[in-house]
Amino acid sequence: MSARNPESGISVYRIAAMVERYWYLLRSSWPRLLEIVYWPAVQMLMWGFLQLYVAQADSFFARAGGTFIGAVLLWDILFRGQLGFSVSFLEEMWSRNLANLMMSPLKPVEFIVALMVMSVVRLLIGMIPVSLLAIAFFGFNLYGLGLALAAFFANLILTSWAVGIFVSGLIIRNGLGAENLAWTIMFILLPLTCVYYPVSVLPPFLQYVAWALPPTYVFEGMRALLIEHVFRADLMVQAFALNIVFFTAGALAFMQLLNSARRHGSLLQTGE
Amino acid sequence: MTDTSFAIVADRLVKVYQSGTAVAGISFALPVGSITGLLGGNGAGKTTTIAMIMGLVTPTSGTIRVLEAEMPRQRYRVLHRMNFESPYVEMPMRLTVRQNLTVFARLYGVDHIAARIGELAAELDLGEFLDRPTGKLSAGQKTRVALAKALLNRPEVLLLDEPTASLDPDTADWVRGHLERYRVERRATVLLASHNMAEVERLCERVIIMKQGRIEDDDTPAALLARYGRETLEEVFLDVARGRQNLEAAQ
Repeated sequence: MSARNPESGISVYRIAAMVERYWYLLRSSWPRLLEIVYWPAVQMLMWGFLQLYVAQADSFFARAGGTFIGAVLLWDILFRGQLGFSVSFLEEMWSRNLANLMMSPLKPVEFIVALMVMSVVRLLIGMIPVSLLAIAFFGFNLYGLGLALAAFFANLILTSWAVGIFVSGLIIRNGLGAENLAWTIMFILLPLTCVYYPVSVLPPFLQYVAWALPPTYVFEGMRALLIEHVFRADLMVQAFALNIVFFTAGALAFMQLLNSARRHGSLLQTGE
Repeated sequence: MTDTSFAIVADRLVKVYQSGTAVAGISFALPVGSITGLLGGNGAGKTTTIAMIMGLVTPTSGTIRVLEAEMPRQRYRVLHRMNFESPYVEMPMRLTVRQNLTVFARLYGVDHIAARIGELAAELDLGEFLDRPTGKLSAGQKTRVALAKALLNRPEVLLLDEPTASLDPDTADWVRGHLERYRVERRATVLLASHNMAEVERLCERVIIMKQGRIEDDDTPAALLARYGRETLEEVFLDVARGRQNLEAAQ
């Protein structure tokens, strides 16, 4: 990696410049900062209280303490990771600044890395207070998962980046008309990756689809850990292998869509 | 002249979109240190031409070389030596002017960033709103900020799209003077797209007039005035735009 030379390699200096820019944007608006924490907190409280309720009525749920809260927190890593990536990217579209960036020495890979860093920053701003709330309200300590949490986090954030990169490519190519995808695309994974229930619940043909998605392995792994107290390293390795495929496919699709945008003049018209 | 004498060389450049042909096989070469006006009505192909020079749009055929790099394939060899300004491209509204300029200075690898921003603030009179959010500026102030961004890296090739749009006559005249001085001092190559004919007449030593994606005429302002028998470049532009030259030739 080079520091500043625009001609060679990837520049940490330019990546840092972009991260600095998104940080300026983020801190310039307290409602946006609040929004990052607000929805995950509401979700976690709602599922937490539901878990308390069903645990009183069912011995299985009493044993499976924290699966709902754990699921909602891990789902938020996946969902908020992608949203953090996509919203930073959308800031460029909303401010009609994309052409400025594309005509600067900033390379697409540096742009993507900066967005990845910002997705983690936004995620931490949202997740740390919410995970502390989970301890305070329900005694569920996400950090008590230890090394397993690191494996879950790494796999979920990789998937979120892969999806974020792909959606950004679609928006570059098709303009803000494709913006809604950034907000909704991840929801297709909610039923298919079995966030709140085991894969065995799905009809057989959907189980094949579920096992083709990396987050499914994470949520199954979480249930194994919380219910059976077993860390399934095999599931994490499979998820990681699939993530490599997803991330590579997302990056390749982004480059194809960017090249297509250059051919079609889409970078000149970044509106609807 | 060797190739290094030219900062920008377009050779049979074509851009066809699904909606039609934007640029239909234009060729030109801009010598280092020259200032050229690019004129044409709406849809003449000026913006697409500038976008191809900056590597933002891939030509359908033909080639465009900037500082000896083929665009867009070799763009990272030269993008740090170029810059552009357009009122149609904006900067993030919530960032202050100083924050925006700092980020772009880093992207362009500018040394001594604070000093450079101070220098530009003094030259372009940005001091009073340097720490104000960019979105809160007037149109004229935004144009000056965009110009500061375009000059941050002291570009060897400067592309300007309506650089004095939204400026009052006094500030516009002052900006033109600044651009003239910058070009002479830095021996920069400037390509200026404008609808302000007086501006082009004052600044440019050469004028390229485009119409429907083609170069209709290409000469010095004096030669164009003589050829069309007109007193101002605006009259020449109208002649070209309305096809009067062809009409008179046919008559």
